[in-house]
Amino acid sequence: MNVSPRRRPRPTMSRIAPLALLAATSLALTACPKKPAPVTPTPTVNQDSINAANRVRDSLAALAKTRQDSIDAANKARQDSIDAASRALSEARNAITAAIHFDFDKSDITDEAKGILDAKVPVLNANAALRIRVAGHTDNRGSDEYNLALGQRRAAAAKRYLTQRGVDASRIDVISYGEERPAAQGDDESAWSQNRRDEFEITAGGDNIVPARQ
Amino acid sequence: MPRSRIPVVSAGRAAAAVVTLALALAPVRGAFAQDTSAASKRPGVRIGLTYNPGARPGVAILPVAGLAGDSVRTIIERDLDYGDRVTIVGAGAAAAAVKSANPAAAPDYALLAKLGAAAVVRATLTPAGVHVALYDVGGRRVALVRDFALPAPALTADWRMTVHAISDVLEDAITGTRGVAATRMLFVRGGRVYLVDSDGANVQAVTNGGLALSPTWQPSGRSIAYSAFGPRGTEIVVRNLVTGSTRTLAATPGGLNITPVFTPDGSSLIYAHGEEAGTDLVAAPLDGGGARRITVGRGTDNVSPTVSPDGGRVAFTSGRPGHPEVYITDADGTNAELLTPYSFGDQSYRSNPDWSPDGRVVAFQAQLSGRFQVMTISLRDRSVKQLTTDGSNEDPSWAPDARHLVFSSTRGGVRQLYVMDAESGRTRQLTRGDAARLPAWSPSLSRAP
Repeated sequence: MNVSPRRRPRPTMSRIAPLALLAATSLALTACPKKPAPVTPTPTVNQDSINAANRVRDSLAALAKTRQDSIDAANKARQDSIDAASRALSEARNAITAAIHFDFDKSDITDEAKGILDAKVPVLNANAALRIRVAGHTDNRGSDEYNLALGQRRAAAAKRYLTQRGVDASRIDVISYGEERPAAQGDDESAWSQNRRDEFEITAGGDNIVPARQ
Repeated sequence: MPRSRIPVVSAGRAAAAVVTLALALAPVRGAFAQDTSAASKRPGVRIGLTYNPGARPGVAILPVAGLAGDSVRTIIERDLDYGDRVTIVGAGAAAAAVKSANPAAAPDYALLAKLGAAAVVRATLTPAGVHVALYDVGGRRVALVRDFALPAPALTADWRMTVHAISDVLEDAITGTRGVAATRMLFVRGGRVYLVDSDGANVQAVTNGGLALSPTWQPSGRSIAYSAFGPRGTEIVVRNLVTGSTRTLAATPGGLNITPVFTPDGSSLIYAHGEEAGTDLVAAPLDGGGARRITVGRGTDNVSPTVSPDGGRVAFTSGRPGHPEVYITDADGTNAELLTPYSFGDQSYRSNPDWSPDGRVVAFQAQLSGRFQVMTISLRDRSVKQLTTDGSNEDPSWAPDARHLVFSSTRGGVRQLYVMDAESGRTRQLTRGDAARLPAWSPSLSRAP
């Protein structure tokens, strides 16, 4: 692209003088005397024109870089925005599906579980179509049969906690698996404590989940 | 050996015994050990049968000739051994004392007595089945002669069950108490309901997939019920074992529906139904209709019911004291009271009651040092007896003789089913392979012709 130095942004006062000199020189050179002097022109280096060319080149590069930087920034912003939205969705989904855990033979909601359940409430409020199923589980101590009832009590306890905080009861199903579906295998406290839990599964409205409003 | 004699009946009744054994034995029904005081006063009735192994009457089962003859002998001998009421004595020497094929020919009773045999069983294969003669050595007489039809071909499940039924008739004739060989147990393996014969043979799956738990017998033995996971929770499924048809009890749709048992008349199911306000026992008629609530647990868990033989009372596991204990209530829900006292075992856990068929005791599991042990509690004086010590032992279920129990145990590593004689403590392993649990012993499935 041809860009004349003259078409650069409006010159400032300090640059008018050299430009005028340049113009005068050019005028002098073009206005040759009519004397047919077969003088072989001596090649001279016109530093000014080199400088001008360099300036043009630098200016083009700077412009390209500016444009690219702008594109990159826009792309990054867009990606960041996508990431953030995705992260928010993922966090919302994780808040819904995060499990809570219980003490042995108990269905009381622990303080830790309260925090996990509290994080579900705004997401449920922001997604009216969202339905969940709470599945109560137990460790493998105790009677297989009694543990089914204990799992039911644990699932019901989580549902009660959520409905007391405004979530419509019809959006939450409960089921108990007793000790039939352990999360961890083993006969030690590490496995037992992981298995005494409520799991939360999204049963409807999970495709278009939106994050909780801040 | 004490001079045990098998029941002696009058000459007039002896003929009747051949025709209808049940009638003939009616006069001596009270002769088994739980009732020895009455038996000892009755003239002409065998006495001295206690459960000291040395005092059990010796019984020899003679070799049986012919194809499948050895199977007949082996099954009868093992059934009588598993009955824990007699002592099996070697058959080889006894065979020499009973040479004649003619039941009318007298065997060498003196020699049989020396061998320790109070009774000798001689079975002979016939085209239709098996001809059985039972010799009363002490009474020097033939106590029983009877022909039994056996289903063909030999060695099928039906054939074996019929031989078991013959064993039960023989145990009745020898000891005055019917055996429980012709029974089967339901149990759970890998989420499926299985059947196994009382001697551990014929393991077969009843349900296909899914997750089924807590199988139980309808008193006729023709149907069972169990809980199964469905789309809306757990359901009570009733299955006809003859036709294979199933249906889901509709009285309490949705929620938790577990641990069914039939009432003794077979018309209703009592089971635990849970929603969000706790789990309570309910009763629902099989032929449709709504459920009637039995327990009012106020948010606690009430599961694993077992019904008294007269149908009047129900024992069950309840979490109402803050941890599981066995409670007992009238069938209408009134008069609920704690059955298992806190004063034994760990503080925390007693559950899974099973009412004995004679009505006298309730078996249950109690936690001791973090493991379950099978115990019984007397309904008369609340005395407690611990039956197991090795491994963790759960899910006791009584045999129809109110003497044997099947339960699950981890004593061998993998949880398997074991059968125990509650009187002597003698125990045998019933299942092998993958883990087995939640057994239910059938009523008598006798098909002896």
